[in-house]
Amino acid sequence: MSTISNYLYNIGKYGIFMKRVFSKPEKWGMYKRQFFIEVDSLAIGSLGIVAFISIFMGAVITLQSAFGFESPWIPLYAVGVASRDTIILELSPTIISLILAGKVGSSIASEMGTMRVTEQLDALEIMGVNSAAYMTLPKILACTIMFPFLITISMFLAILGGWIFGVLSGAVSSYEYIYGITHNFKVFNVYYSLIKSFIFAFLISSVSSFYGYYTKGGAVEVAQSSTKAVVYISVLILVFNYILTQLLLV
Amino acid sequence: MIELRNLNKSFGTKQVLKNINVKLEEGKCNLIIGGSGGGKSVMLKCMVGLLEPDSGAVFYGNTNFSELSIKQRKTFSREFGMLFQGSALFDSQTVEENIRFPLQMFSTMTPNEIKDRVNFCLEKVNLENANKLYPSEISGGMKKRVAIARAIAVNPKYLFCDEPNSGLDPHTSTVIDELISNVTEEFKMTTVIITHDMNSVIEIGDNIIYLHEGQVWWEGHKQQVLDTTNDELYDFIYASKFLKRLKKV
Repeated sequence: MSTISNYLYNIGKYGIFMKRVFSKPEKWGMYKRQFFIEVDSLAIGSLGIVAFISIFMGAVITLQSAFGFESPWIPLYAVGVASRDTIILELSPTIISLILAGKVGSSIASEMGTMRVTEQLDALEIMGVNSAAYMTLPKILACTIMFPFLITISMFLAILGGWIFGVLSGAVSSYEYIYGITHNFKVFNVYYSLIKSFIFAFLISSVSSFYGYYTKGGAVEVAQSSTKAVVYISVLILVFNYILTQLLLV
Repeated sequence: MIELRNLNKSFGTKQVLKNINVKLEEGKCNLIIGGSGGGKSVMLKCMVGLLEPDSGAVFYGNTNFSELSIKQRKTFSREFGMLFQGSALFDSQTVEENIRFPLQMFSTMTPNEIKDRVNFCLEKVNLENANKLYPSEISGGMKKRVAIARAIAVNPKYLFCDEPNSGLDPHTSTVIDELISNVTEEFKMTTVIITHDMNSVIEIGDNIIYLHEGQVWWEGHKQQVLDTTNDELYDFIYASKFLKRLKKV
C-alpha cells in the first residue's frame, strides 16, 4: 500500500474506531467508575511533572525576556507582558500538551497494546463488552475534562515561577512584573488557550488509544505502537495549533 | 448444540480453514485437536466472533451467529465464557474484581449477591483465599483457575477454552482438566476445548475433532481415539517415542 493510501486507510479506521467509542455504554455506572480511575491516573498523576516544568519554563521565559528587553526605550513591565502572553498563548497549552503527549499518550498506547497482545481486550469482547468504548471513552472524557484544568494550573505556576525567579535574579522588580502581567490583559487569550488544550486532550487520548487498540504481535509491537502514537500526536498537535491559531486569533 | 457449516477462512493467500462442517455436542466436552498451524485457534475465534469467516456459518441451536448484527452478537455473547491461553485476566484488578467484573457489568444482582457469587465461583476452583491477590501475585495454574471462575461467574451456556493446559505441569494440567469437566457437567454447559495435550484427550474428550491442514480429518470420542486407523491422527497421537512404546506394550 502506498504511503498516501495508507494514511487514508488509517484515517478511515480511526473514524470507525471513534464510532465504536462513542456508542451507548452497556452500563453507565461501570464507565463512571472507570472515568474516575482515569482522572486519577492520567490527570492527577501528571500534576507533578506539569507543575515542575511550568515553574521552570516560566522562570526561563521571564529571564530571556528581560535579557532581550535591555533597551532603555522598552519599559521593564514589558517583561511581564511578554512572559504572560507567551505562557498563556503557547507555553502552557502547546508545550505542556506536547509533554503530556509523551507521558499520557505513551502510557495509554502501551496499556491498550499490552491488553491487546495479552488477549484482555478479546476477553472483554467475549463477555459482550464493547472494548473500544469501555477502554477509550473514560480516557477521552478524563483527558478532555481535566487537561484544561491542568493547563490553567500550568499558566498560573509558570507566571508565578517567572515572578519568583525574575525578582530573585534582579531581572525585573515585583511591581513591574505584576504591572506587566495585568497590563492590557485579554480574557479571550485564556479561552483560546483552553479551547486548544481541550482539542489537544482529545487528540492525545483518542490517537494513543487507537494505536494501542490495533496493536498486533508482542512486546516489540507494543513499543512501536507507543512510539508511533507519540509521534503522530505531536505532529497533530503542531498542525492543529496552527489551524486553531489561524481560526481563533487571526 | 453448536454447528459449523461450510466454514472457510483465509489470511492472504493462505487458506486456514477449508470447508469445515462439524457438530459440537450439547452438555459435553468437545475437544479440537491438531498440530500447530492447523487452524484450531482460528476456528475457535470464528466461533466466538473474534474473527469473521470468509464464508459459512456458525449456529448456536437455531441461531445463526454469523448473521447477527454487532449489537445482537454482543448480547448473545453474554452466554459465552472463555478461558484464554494466557488467562487474559485484567492485571489492574484483583482476583475478586476480575470475577466481579462481568457480574457488575451485566447482572442485576445486589452487591451482596455479587459477593456471594464471587466466593462461590472461587470455591468451585479451590481458591477460597485468593480474593485480594493480583494476577501478578499468583502462579500460572492459579491464573487459569481464576479465569475459569470468571468464565463461569455469569452462568454461561457455552464455555470455550484455548489450550487450557499450556505452560502447566502435568499435575496442574490434570487439575484444570478435571475442573473444566466438572463445571461442564455441573452447569450443563457445552464446552469447546482446543488442546495439544493427549492426557486431556483421553481423560475428558467426550467428542473429539481432529483438524489437519485446515480440514476435519477425524471425529470420534475418547474410547476410539487411541485405536484409530487414521494415519495422520495416529502420527499426531503417537508423535513421542514414549507413547509409541507404550502403545506396543
